[in-house]
Amino acid sequence: MLRTSIFAAAALMAALLVLVSGATAGQLALQQTVTRNTSAASFPVTITTAAGKITIRKRPARIVSLSPTATESLFAIGAGSQVVAVDDQSDYPKTAPKTTLSGFTPNVEAIVAYRPDLVVASYDPKALVSALDRLGIPVILHAPATSFKGAYQQIRQLGMVTGREPAAARVIGGMKSKIGKIVKASRSRASGLSVYHEISPDFYSASTKSFVGKVYATLGLENIADAADSAGTGFPQLSAEYIVSASPDLIVLADTVCCGQKPSTVASRPGWDRISAVRTGSIVRIDDSIASRWGPRLVSFFRAMSSALARL
Amino acid sequence: MNATAVRATAVRPRGIAPVWAGAAVAFLLGSIAIGVAVGPIDLGLEGISSSLGERLRIPGITSSLSRTEESILWEIRMPRVVLAAVVGGMLSLAGATYQGVFRNPLVDPYLLGVAAGAGLGATLAIAYLPDGLGGQQALPAAAFVGGALAVFLTYSVGRSTGRGRDTTTLVLAGVTVASFFTALQTFVQQQNADTLQQVYTWILGSIPSSGWSDVVLVLPYVALATVVILVYRRVVDVLSLGDEEAASLGVDVGRVRLILVVAATVGTAAAVAICGLIGFVGIIVPHAIRMVAGVGYRALLPLSVIVGAGFLVLADVIARTALSPAEIPLGIVTAFFGAPFFALVLRTSRGAA
Repeated sequence: MLRTSIFAAAALMAALLVLVSGATAGQLALQQTVTRNTSAASFPVTITTAAGKITIRKRPARIVSLSPTATESLFAIGAGSQVVAVDDQSDYPKTAPKTTLSGFTPNVEAIVAYRPDLVVASYDPKALVSALDRLGIPVILHAPATSFKGAYQQIRQLGMVTGREPAAARVIGGMKSKIGKIVKASRSRASGLSVYHEISPDFYSASTKSFVGKVYATLGLENIADAADSAGTGFPQLSAEYIVSASPDLIVLADTVCCGQKPSTVASRPGWDRISAVRTGSIVRIDDSIASRWGPRLVSFFRAMSSALARL
Repeated sequence: MNATAVRATAVRPRGIAPVWAGAAVAFLLGSIAIGVAVGPIDLGLEGISSSLGERLRIPGITSSLSRTEESILWEIRMPRVVLAAVVGGMLSLAGATYQGVFRNPLVDPYLLGVAAGAGLGATLAIAYLPDGLGGQQALPAAAFVGGALAVFLTYSVGRSTGRGRDTTTLVLAGVTVASFFTALQTFVQQQNADTLQQVYTWILGSIPSSGWSDVVLVLPYVALATVVILVYRRVVDVLSLGDEEAASLGVDVGRVRLILVVAATVGTAAAVAICGLIGFVGIIVPHAIRMVAGVGYRALLPLSVIVGAGFLVLADVIARTALSPAEIPLGIVTAFFGAPFFALVLRTSRGAA
């Protein structure tokens, strides 16, 4: 039944596409029509997340997002109007209804006060999921993705549960094609080059095991943190001697917001003037939040890397 | 060697037996040599000695190290070894001083709320100082102000009831102030979840690879504190007998205790500000020396500086090489290797101590 209704929705969308393409009706009208029709047809929806199988009976209208990544994804797939509250770390997009709710130290009463019909979290502290479960509030637990596949899957699931599956598919398709183009154009430049990704000024880095590390691996860059990640945590702390000696060709600063790091502070560190990236000025500043999330802005990360590679 | 030591301590119960002084200095020099020679990057003994020879202007010797290796040796590794020595010496000296002044063997350099106050200061700096002001540069100063404020409060609270004479009151006041500051610090952290990781690093303690600038920053405070404490080292022995006895021997107990506590606190706060909380050094080193050498404070205090310096240099070698090229937080190393070692010393010297 679910499959047929999705089929019907897809067919309807295709028909609408034919109808309005070329016309000046505008994309917004198209999107709204599609949404109304799909949402009417595709519930209840059952998905499987880290918190187990959950069934959403009807299209949610009061979503609380405790995950900054989920907030970005929900707005990107056009489900922003269904979101009533987002946590205190959800700073993108600016139109998201930011509250004082915390995803790190969640207060169940404060969450319930928003009368949510769906809660999205990236993390389950203090038995948040089971507490909401007892109150009959469905929770989607989307833990930090460790691969692009996992990140796309989360966007797809958010599309399913909000009745915006086609929009989610479009977002994912757009991400894949943009990233594909960037990778294709940059791979030859990246080959043979090494990168150091900095999470904090005490040299915590991200290896290929981590989600950000996958960005570098996809571009074909060699990640100097890999040699230090024997434990496989994805986030080893490197020693300064090693970084200077490895002399990476690119340095990516993901600690510009938290810790005020910039190319000049990096260059002034003792011994760092010997590093290739410092000598060629190949130091990329990336917003901490883009580098620590796994949502639609992954494309911006790839863009920043591609322009840095183009300058090299 | 043991026989000599026993004889020496029997003849001069309070002085430094030459054999222990020699052993301590040899331990420190050995630690420094290992600290300079060993690191995540293998520079080779020949390379290091040739570079050293060139810097010492020994004729005919030129460094065989590349420019990058020179940078690693002189701008990253050397300052880190020196900083570890300075901080280790200070923390164990402060620990020994507090233990003597408060006649409590369990006291560590973080008593009186120094660590909690410095922690709050550092957390506030990390969380609220705008980037333009450079939270990193302001961090030591903020930690120092917080630590000093906590000690001032502890002293005020302690004095108001015990008039500064009763050490138990003062220790209790320290615990109270520390709890209060820790609560404030935790609250600020909770409000700024995005900076949690930095605070976490700070709590675990580490010797930063920040070059000579941190050495220059911390050295004046540590040097001043060390000189003051060592000048008063004989008085600590008198204080350790008890306030009444000390007073009857003509010591102005309140004044001397204040001077010693302020000196130990200034040095500790400076060290904590740069390196975070490095546990165990201040307790383990003085007690190990006491158990092995069986000396009074007059000898214990200078020995603590030397042995503490060597101990932290060695611990930092483990921190930066055990998982090379990854690092282990230093606080974990000092506790992981310090605790079993301490247990061993405790067992083997129970009779002597």
